[in-house]
Amino acid sequence: MITIEQMTKVYTMGEIEVHALRGVNLTIDSGEFIAIMGPSGSGKSTLMNMIGCLDTPTSGRYALDGIEVASLNDNDLSAVRARKLGFVFQQYMLLPRQSALANVEMPMLYRGIEAKERARRAQVALELVGMGNRLDHRPNELSGGQQQRVAIARALAGSPSVILADEPTGALDSTTSEEIMHMLQQLNREQNLTIIIVTHESDIAAYADRIVTIRDGVVTTDRKNEVPHV
Amino acid sequence: MSNQPVRRVLEPVSDTGRNGLDYRELLKVSLDSLLANRLRTFLTMLGIIIGVASVVSLMTLGNGASEAITGQFSALGTNVLTIFNSRPNRGPGQSGNIAPLTMSDYTAIAGMRLPIVGPVPQFSANATVAAPAADKSAGILGTTADYAKVQSVTMATGSFFTDANVQGASQVVVLGSSLKTYLFGSGEAVGETVRINSLACRVIGVMESKGGGGFGSVDDQAIVPITLAHTRLFAARTSDGNLRVTTISLSVIKAEDIDFTQQRIQMTVRDLRKLNSDGSEDDFTIINQASFLSSLSTITTLLTTFLAAIAGISLLVGGIGIMNIMLVSVTERTKEIGLRRAVGAQSRDILLQFMIEAVVLSLLGGFIGVVLGSILPIVLTITGTFDAPVTLNSVVISLSVSLATGLFFGIWPARNAANLNPIQALRHE
Repeated sequence: MITIEQMTKVYTMGEIEVHALRGVNLTIDSGEFIAIMGPSGSGKSTLMNMIGCLDTPTSGRYALDGIEVASLNDNDLSAVRARKLGFVFQQYMLLPRQSALANVEMPMLYRGIEAKERARRAQVALELVGMGNRLDHRPNELSGGQQQRVAIARALAGSPSVILADEPTGALDSTTSEEIMHMLQQLNREQNLTIIIVTHESDIAAYADRIVTIRDGVVTTDRKNEVPHV
Repeated sequence: MSNQPVRRVLEPVSDTGRNGLDYRELLKVSLDSLLANRLRTFLTMLGIIIGVASVVSLMTLGNGASEAITGQFSALGTNVLTIFNSRPNRGPGQSGNIAPLTMSDYTAIAGMRLPIVGPVPQFSANATVAAPAADKSAGILGTTADYAKVQSVTMATGSFFTDANVQGASQVVVLGSSLKTYLFGSGEAVGETVRINSLACRVIGVMESKGGGGFGSVDDQAIVPITLAHTRLFAARTSDGNLRVTTISLSVIKAEDIDFTQQRIQMTVRDLRKLNSDGSEDDFTIINQASFLSSLSTITTLLTTFLAAIAGISLLVGGIGIMNIMLVSVTERTKEIGLRRAVGAQSRDILLQFMIEAVVLSLLGGFIGVVLGSILPIVLTITGTFDAPVTLNSVVISLSVSLATGLFFGIWPARNAANLNPIQALRHE
């Protein structure tokens, strides 16, 4: 459950102040599959960093599962990221010389989960994304789509409150993109995962149940997607 | 869409509430990272390995060499005074027109009733020594029977010549160990005859090896009664009819008498040479082995320190190598750091991971360096070339220096890595 009220973010670059967010209001319930859209420079990346607890707002309120994130220090932000969030990146961001299993286990290292439990969860997560037979493969032995599946397994293995996917299909061809989006859709419906994707492509956003558009640092449209792409 | 969601993975995680890694996991993450990049790991360690190996081997060899040199000079007798025919402050051989050292000087010292063994006169010249199987140009030393006592000669076989041999100018010779081996190989020499400048002399003894002595090794020489050298072998007479000697040496019985004995001999010889009447400077030099030894040990200490300094520089270079690789590694792995931070690593986890990598690299490199650096000294010791025991000192010093450089040069890049903003680190290209 995410509550964002009047969130602003101002970056100072030299003498120029950049108002990346100018008062964003947004509420996301658990179990939602939501797409945040907007052209580059619209503030959607800044908003994603705020939701992902990678940065704190200049003013306004952000509550994630009741935790007031805006006032947290660096270590507390790390702890919240470790427990509440799962990240999926455009470039997969897998450790190149480690196995798929080790890659999926890695985030759980930083929140005190036992080695046995880490391995069990990583394996189940990889099975869930259809990579159960590739546990020992290294990223360079996998296709782009397979690598992104491993990355999704990494994001969900620790059962976070929110999976945050930044242009998850940006590096994939259209067929593989469809597969990945279809899988995210399934994970949302069957596993009741809250998924937020950030994209500038409307046919990718079309898989989500709700589409929020952001422009010049404010939310311009926020609509239900009555007929999600299947 | 199924009506009953399968919630296999999504059951809540029962974590311990602890943030960050515990030390065991930290060690594993660091080791995994080092093992995953074996070439980089090896290249980084190489600097430290070479540095530590050179410290250990140079320090050990330096110590061993110092001790070997000092030891050989001690074996020649530390209480020995040697009188040369040269002015002090010039070397032997720069005697100019000064009066040569003669048997009169020897007789004067011998009549002094000093607390000494000897004195013994020594007359040195070169001659061809011919055995049936081989011949060789060698140093011939003419001296008296006391020489064996003053220079602590030990015999391998046979015996040294006696006072009677000296008085009778007997045609006998004692061979140094190397000369004996050259002339007779492993065969028996005692009882054989060699020709010294065509004069037949019977070999009556062979000396034990004394090692490389200071003034032309005695191992390469043949020793004959001084009377034989003076009368039959060489032209030794001076213009005033005296008999020349090259050196006169004597051994002071008690170390505390050395300085006093040296002064008395100096005065006596000056009187004899009438140097006191006109106040001329000495035209002879008395060398004191003990003071020679102490200046020698100053030189060898300097040598060891110098070697250690060179080794230290290579260790420093190794340390800079570690810093270099750690810095490159941080830049190269910026994305990895960003990823680890994004998924929940605290900056402390990143700092410790990189620090542990640096410590493991420098300690492991240090141990390999100690092993490699010990090989040469151990081989030299086993083969008997000279004793160079690996000292605990050199191991402790080089290991702690390599650990210190590893830590020092590892902390800075590690801090850089830990303080990276995760967003910028993730975007890093």
